[in-house]
Amino acid sequence: MSAGEIRVSINSDQDIVSARQKGRMMASELGFSPGDATLIATAISELARNIVSYARKGQITLKMVNSLNRQGILVVAADDGPGIADIRQALRDGFSTSGSLGLGLPGVRRLMDEFEINSEPGRGTIVTVKKWKL
Amino acid sequence: MEVPILKQGAVLIATFQAALSDADLNQLRMGLVQQVVKFRSRAVIVDVTAMDVMDSFASRTLREIAHMIRLRGAETVIVGIQPEVAFAMVQLGLTLEGVATALDLEEGLAYLNEKFKTAN
Repeated sequence: MSAGEIRVSINSDQDIVSARQKGRMMASELGFSPGDATLIATAISELARNIVSYARKGQITLKMVNSLNRQGILVVAADDGPGIADIRQALRDGFSTSGSLGLGLPGVRRLMDEFEINSEPGRGTIVTVKKWKL
Repeated sequence: MEVPILKQGAVLIATFQAALSDADLNQLRMGLVQQVVKFRSRAVIVDVTAMDVMDSFASRTLREIAHMIRLRGAETVIVGIQPEVAFAMVQLGLTLEGVATALDLEEGLAYLNEKFKTAN
């Protein structure tokens, strides 16, 4: 584990709270405004919730990133769950297969600056998001 | 972390003490509905000032609480949603449609007083 990297195992609803609190703390330490720190914490909460709802367990990794003269936070949500068959559908507002609101992924995309998803049925899901400091 | 529910006349006041897990929110929902029945309360105020994040689950649970309590013939007011939390909710596409909200506990009580006055 390199410096400036935090890993949180996600196994239960309590871990959702702890992941987003760690994310907020890291965002604040990096100098994000309280408003942006809340956006980041909310995105982490949704990503962690997807892990618990669909895959039961997984991991959230929080990392400080630099690009040119910008600084930001990277959040990777990874699981070995059932994966997503139709990613396009999962990114549409209002879509859900677990009885939740189904706003998770498109909402997370709006909260963050960069969004990437890799998933295959039976091979788990990795969602990578970034937010840059203004 | 359990949310304490205080009884003040015909109003029940539930104040979040810290960030809540899904299990805590579910427990609050059951607790509030049971106590509304027990005390024949006319209104419930849920103070979420201490809630760090309002994600899809928390919003849905609050909406469910309000709707269940309405089915009992009582009112629900959500108070204390922080500005940053409100901003994140809007970005996420979450609404508390059909649920009364107020700035803080004081405003929430004033809203209910006004409502009961006109109803009588």
